[in-house]
Amino acid sequence: MPRGMGWFSVVSIALITLIPIGVVASALLHPDPVLWSHLWDFVLPELLVNTVWLVLGVGIGVSVLGVGLAWLTALCDFPGRRFFSWALLLPLALPAYISAFVWLGLFDITGTVTLWLRDAWGLHLPEFRSRGGVILVLTLALYPYVYLTARAAFLGQGARLLEAAQSLGHSRRQAFWSVALPMARPGIMAGLILALMETLADFGTVVLFNYNTFTTAIYKAWFSLFSLSAASQLAAILVFFVFVALLLEGQWRNRQQTHAARSSQNPQRIRLRGRHALIATLAASGIWGLAFVLPVLQLLAWSWAARADLDARYLDFASHSLLLSTLGAFIILVLALIVAYAQRLNPGPAMRTLTRAATLGYALPGAVLAVGIYLPITMLDKQMIDSGWIDAPYLQGTLIVMLLAYSARFMAVSFNPIEAGLGQVSRSMDEVAQILGVTGINRLWRVHLPLLRPSLLAAAALTFVDIMKELPITLMTRPFGWDTLAVRVFEMTSEGEWERAALPAIAIVLVGLIPVFLLTKTMGSSQHHALAC
Amino acid sequence: MKRTAVLARTLSIALTTLTASCLTPLALAAEVVVYSARNEQLIKPMFDAYSKETGVQVKFITDKEGPLLARLKAEGANTPADILMTVDAGNLWYAANEDLLQAVNSAALKNNIPAHLRDPGNAWFGLSVRARTVVYNPNKVKAAELSTYEDLASPKWKGRLCLRTSKKVYNQSLVAMLITEHGEDKAEAIVKGWVANLASAPFSDDSKAMEAVAAGICDITLVNTYYFGRLIEKKPTLPLALFWPNQKLKDPTAGVHVNISGAGLTRHAKHPAEAIRLMEWLSSEKAQNLYADVNLEYPVNPRIKADPIVSAWGPFKHNTTNLAEAGRLQVKATMLTDRVGYK
Repeated sequence: MPRGMGWFSVVSIALITLIPIGVVASALLHPDPVLWSHLWDFVLPELLVNTVWLVLGVGIGVSVLGVGLAWLTALCDFPGRRFFSWALLLPLALPAYISAFVWLGLFDITGTVTLWLRDAWGLHLPEFRSRGGVILVLTLALYPYVYLTARAAFLGQGARLLEAAQSLGHSRRQAFWSVALPMARPGIMAGLILALMETLADFGTVVLFNYNTFTTAIYKAWFSLFSLSAASQLAAILVFFVFVALLLEGQWRNRQQTHAARSSQNPQRIRLRGRHALIATLAASGIWGLAFVLPVLQLLAWSWAARADLDARYLDFASHSLLLSTLGAFIILVLALIVAYAQRLNPGPAMRTLTRAATLGYALPGAVLAVGIYLPITMLDKQMIDSGWIDAPYLQGTLIVMLLAYSARFMAVSFNPIEAGLGQVSRSMDEVAQILGVTGINRLWRVHLPLLRPSLLAAAALTFVDIMKELPITLMTRPFGWDTLAVRVFEMTSEGEWERAALPAIAIVLVGLIPVFLLTKTMGSSQHHALAC
Repeated sequence: MKRTAVLARTLSIALTTLTASCLTPLALAAEVVVYSARNEQLIKPMFDAYSKETGVQVKFITDKEGPLLARLKAEGANTPADILMTVDAGNLWYAANEDLLQAVNSAALKNNIPAHLRDPGNAWFGLSVRARTVVYNPNKVKAAELSTYEDLASPKWKGRLCLRTSKKVYNQSLVAMLITEHGEDKAEAIVKGWVANLASAPFSDDSKAMEAVAAGICDITLVNTYYFGRLIEKKPTLPLALFWPNQKLKDPTAGVHVNISGAGLTRHAKHPAEAIRLMEWLSSEKAQNLYADVNLEYPVNPRIKADPIVSAWGPFKHNTTNLAEAGRLQVKATMLTDRVGYK
């Protein structure tokens, strides 16, 4: 890819995100002093504190769970490892607010478990609708992001490095902290950033806990105070902070440039025995049980009760979900690969700033981003009609808008794992390829793609499942008749019929299993074990 | 190769679906396009029945009110939407205020819908009534102890009240009604009293608040009646009962706070005549039961009896303040709840 082409493509791709963000941020030009003084006095103080706590809590939670489990399944061996290495990804397929509703149904002040403990045993559980409760639920829902990217990083290193460290006199623990963890840092950060951006954009979960955050304030301004512009202003401020954080992180990462060696053979795993093996199995099954089995069992019970809802239309919902997720994930994956590769070829602060900007869509509440996309599209339609090119709107209400909006929203989900994966491919590899006369697209195809395979698969799986669960953009931009499984969930929950939402939620999990199984199968025969081994 | 086969199959499915969805508009039947915040399972049966009766196709998209309004506004003159449907009056008022709706002069609509449940400027019309009333635990509270919404601020209910979050528009409309009746200061004192009486942090939905009453965490709450109907249908043994507040006040407009689900004709409707006919049909004797009963709501047309489950709760007097007030005062009401810390 020639230098100019690289810049050109990254700028074009970044515009998909930057235009809607620009539309949202343009609201800053029209501040409403009365509303702002109200927000400043009564809304912002609480939400700032709440948001900081949430980000800290979820950040620590997903890091501990994600890295710990990735380490166990990537580099250790214990009973059940093969199963857990992919099963631990499954909570990804559950929309976080659905799990939240299940948890609240069990442990809230009126929860089944809470009341049973109270009435049968006189025990009183602590209030679950609390900061701790939200953090717990979001941690269990979002740890798979870190798990997936950290695992790809650990697998990329292989256990040989650890052996080397140990042979140099480090204990196993020291080797983990001083060698494996720092080298996996880009991968871990890639997943952590995704989990935190998702936390910042989350509305469904926090609203069930009535826990006020930046997002709840955005929606309050929009829906209750009838001010889309105040909502956009809040969203723009949120995105600005995320952007600064991303740039700082990028700089920090850059200073600690790692040149990872990739083991060419299957990793030699640390075989856990006795007590350690038992603890590992218990930890993995415990987390899997809480994050996946428990909510799914409850959803299955509710689905059974609502089984009359199941009709032939579910085939349409499922195929729409499947088609949109596949198409979307494929497009976003290609775009993200172009951006990541161009960044590798044209390193430097300007390029890094641009690529960070291209991923910002993930930190915006989806509905705000959807408006940011829809406005320029309708303007374009209007322009084309006014110039007499077309006589009816051509773009609005088509799949094109939907796919553009998905790209703006989920670029980070594909880009972060790919960037982390590329970072692990040593530059000396490029040089060797160069000497051998393998350059350009050829080098990408023959050298990088095979090495990137685990990261690409991780990116594809994450993006697929994220689109599958996505709601606000799907709702706003879907063409007539294009209802998906997630839309079904919305129809049921919007008037509080949560139990009936279980059926489409379970269907999302089932369809979401497809990519996980496909990956497991593909990877099973491959040398590079990312998901399956 | 296997993979190519899979790819080919996926592509062919994709193409069929894409072309299928492109071909539909070619069918030349008359149609009406609806943007609806009332959810699919509640409106689709209506539209299916209408299509069967008249041959007019009804196309619709569901979403929350905010995004639907933003979409309508962005599309401007190019919108395909003929009708906007919401589940509260506030958003219809706002849509009218933003000039997204147009007045409809229809004798049938005026005749079928009481004046306080439609826009004085005829931009929107209620199609079903949602009463927000008191639900209490009869093991702990006697009906004689209950009287008004205002009374729930009295210290005798300290630690005995549960409420849904103020983020929900139903509560914002209720507070807006208090503002109309009492002015902002007195309304603020009342809501402050409610907050002081809370037994637990506000709940995310009406059902949760009722479950808390049933579980003895609090004694009394405020809900839309159809949530009560739904919960009691599922768990008939729960100790919960309905009470109609504000029935004995001197003020002629006083009564139970009601809201509507309703509809308006969009400013740039492409099929206005068909759209008005659909709205008239929805308010007619023929359709009102279907419309309201499917969600255990009250028909807006006073000549129609509610579902037997709903009728069993007895008659009550509406608060007859025009619901446009709920929209006009929504921002004030929201700010008020923020000020008194009603989350």
